[in-house]
Amino acid sequence: MSTPAIEIKDVQKSFGNISIIRDLSLTVNQGERHALIGPNGAGKSTTFNLISGYIKPTAGTVRLRGEEISGLPPYQINRRGLSRSFQVTNVFANMSVWENLRCAVLWTARHHYAFWKNVDNLPEVRERTAEVLSDIGLASRRDVPAGLLTYAEQRALEIGITIAGGANVILLDEPTAGMSHAETERAVTLIRRLTEGRTLMIVEHDMSVVFGLADRISVLVYGHVIATGTPEQIRADPKVKEAYLGEEAA
Amino acid sequence: MTELTSSVAPPQPALGEKLKFYGLWVATGLVLLVLPKVFGSGGALTMFSLIGISIIFSLSYNILLGQTGLLSFGHAVYYGLGGFLVIHAINIFGANKLPIPLPLVPLVGGLTGLFFAALLGWVSTQRSGTAFAMISLGVAELVASSALILRTFFGGEAGISANRTKLFRLFDWSFGPQIQIYYLVAAWTLIAVVAMYALTRTPLGRMCNAVRDNPERVQFVGYDPHVVRYIAFCFAGFFAGIAGGLAAINFEIANSAYLGAVQSGTVLFSTYIGGVGYFIGPIVGAIFVTVLSLNLSDLTPVWQLYFGLFFIAVVTFAPGGITGLLMMHRPLVRGGTIGRVLPYYLVALVPTLAMVAGLVLTIETIVHHTVNPGEDPNIKAFGMSFNASSPITWVLALFLVVAGYFVARKTWSWLARAWDEALTAARDKGYHV
Repeated sequence: MSTPAIEIKDVQKSFGNISIIRDLSLTVNQGERHALIGPNGAGKSTTFNLISGYIKPTAGTVRLRGEEISGLPPYQINRRGLSRSFQVTNVFANMSVWENLRCAVLWTARHHYAFWKNVDNLPEVRERTAEVLSDIGLASRRDVPAGLLTYAEQRALEIGITIAGGANVILLDEPTAGMSHAETERAVTLIRRLTEGRTLMIVEHDMSVVFGLADRISVLVYGHVIATGTPEQIRADPKVKEAYLGEEAA
Repeated sequence: MTELTSSVAPPQPALGEKLKFYGLWVATGLVLLVLPKVFGSGGALTMFSLIGISIIFSLSYNILLGQTGLLSFGHAVYYGLGGFLVIHAINIFGANKLPIPLPLVPLVGGLTGLFFAALLGWVSTQRSGTAFAMISLGVAELVASSALILRTFFGGEAGISANRTKLFRLFDWSFGPQIQIYYLVAAWTLIAVVAMYALTRTPLGRMCNAVRDNPERVQFVGYDPHVVRYIAFCFAGFFAGIAGGLAAINFEIANSAYLGAVQSGTVLFSTYIGGVGYFIGPIVGAIFVTVLSLNLSDLTPVWQLYFGLFFIAVVTFAPGGITGLLMMHRPLVRGGTIGRVLPYYLVALVPTLAMVAGLVLTIETIVHHTVNPGEDPNIKAFGMSFNASSPITWVLALFLVVAGYFVARKTWSWLARAWDEALTAARDKGYHV
């Protein structure tokens, strides 16, 4: 078996003496779609924050394709091929949709901190930005400042920024939160298409999204993974039923 | 280019647009060239030179504030140090008869600004917001007080002076007359403005905006916001140093006021009043503030008070500055709905002007009675003569302020409603900006 895309081992995270994540171990294989579910406050977003470098683990290791990344700053982790979205829309509000996406393309296109190149004259950046723009279906909103987009459009842009850099491992934090049924369906189709051939880890509350999208599911309760398996295994797992699905299944 | 790119990406500027763009710069250059032929008096030339210096300084400040979201209270440090080094450089070059002509000397100021920004900036750009502002204030205090302590280098209270005409001459330009200094400043202003505009169109320039909008997210697209801020800070220091160097050449002196809090405050002031959100904003602000500070002092002794009030008004009612105020109308003009708003402007203008006139009367009256109570009460401010002791003046002032305020408030609310409708109509037509 190849190296896992993400390997979390015995990770602890406490704020003061409150322990949020306890002995978290989780493996996401390359190319799979892995959903992380659990009740509110289980530590799903914290897990994403630990993987993406937003916060540092108190103990334990996180590996990205075999390379240890725990303790690295977010931009170092991003440069190693991991990209994440945010639960609360996190875009560049005063910049146009086009500029938002272009900012997410520049580093991977190796332009870094260049101050001697005209940003409008970089053909590969233009091509990639245009590709993502049309992928997320916002071509008609190209020049609108991101802050003026509708909620669903901002969520689409959020996904666009996340995938634009071409990262191999994508983390999406509740991409469909707050969306209507129709919008959710569109978003799921979009996610499925855009993460084709990549590794996806997703936090989601909508169970129809989770069971429809994921190859494997991990259930997080009080900062600890109580079960990992295929959707069928998770559905059948008595521990999961008790801890989480119980209230809905009953 | 793929088919997708050509259909989705913003169109590359056509030849005509490119010509228009470069034509604008050439036209600016021509205007700068013929300006002294139209306004050739010594006073006008000095004013133009000061405006040019202020434009470079304000634009360099906006690399921080408007582009990268860094509020600095100590930008004059790099301006001032640039000025001091230029004075020293002129003295050294002149004494040793080095073949370096005056037009190249502002570069010394620029490199000084760059050096100190690179030295002092790494720590302060770790964070934006309050931390950066406080550190900039601390550094400014440190350097300003050093300037008074290190007398051999900074010359103490008196400062140090130089003779700019003693340098190696090209084409027999002595740089004694103000007209030659004007052309020197104008040339550097054009170069600096073009360079700073070009900077905004680079990958770094775009990432500066991204850092301003959302430094957190920048980290998740591969960039270290600290490095982005640091490079921006170095550029700001470089151009501030050029401005300071030109100021030192213009006055042939540099003193501690160059790097003090007042100078740092003035540049913040000009930049903000002009508008930080647009490249042209600081240029507008620099012209506006320089012209006003040179002329307002003739009209009223408390002109700085009016500046302060104006600044407060801009911060409160027009956070986008003068340029922001004008650019707000762009979607309305493009969408053709501006006509619905203009009449309301005219209506609102009358009571607003009345209120302002009342305010001026009140201020001048109070100033008269507090500053020089024993003198003749028949005073003149802004070309109006009135008796500051007459009850009629007091009643009139009070009436104008109170009545003006209430009527103005009403008319502004009408304007706001008309504005919203016009903007919605313009947005429906697809004009967002």
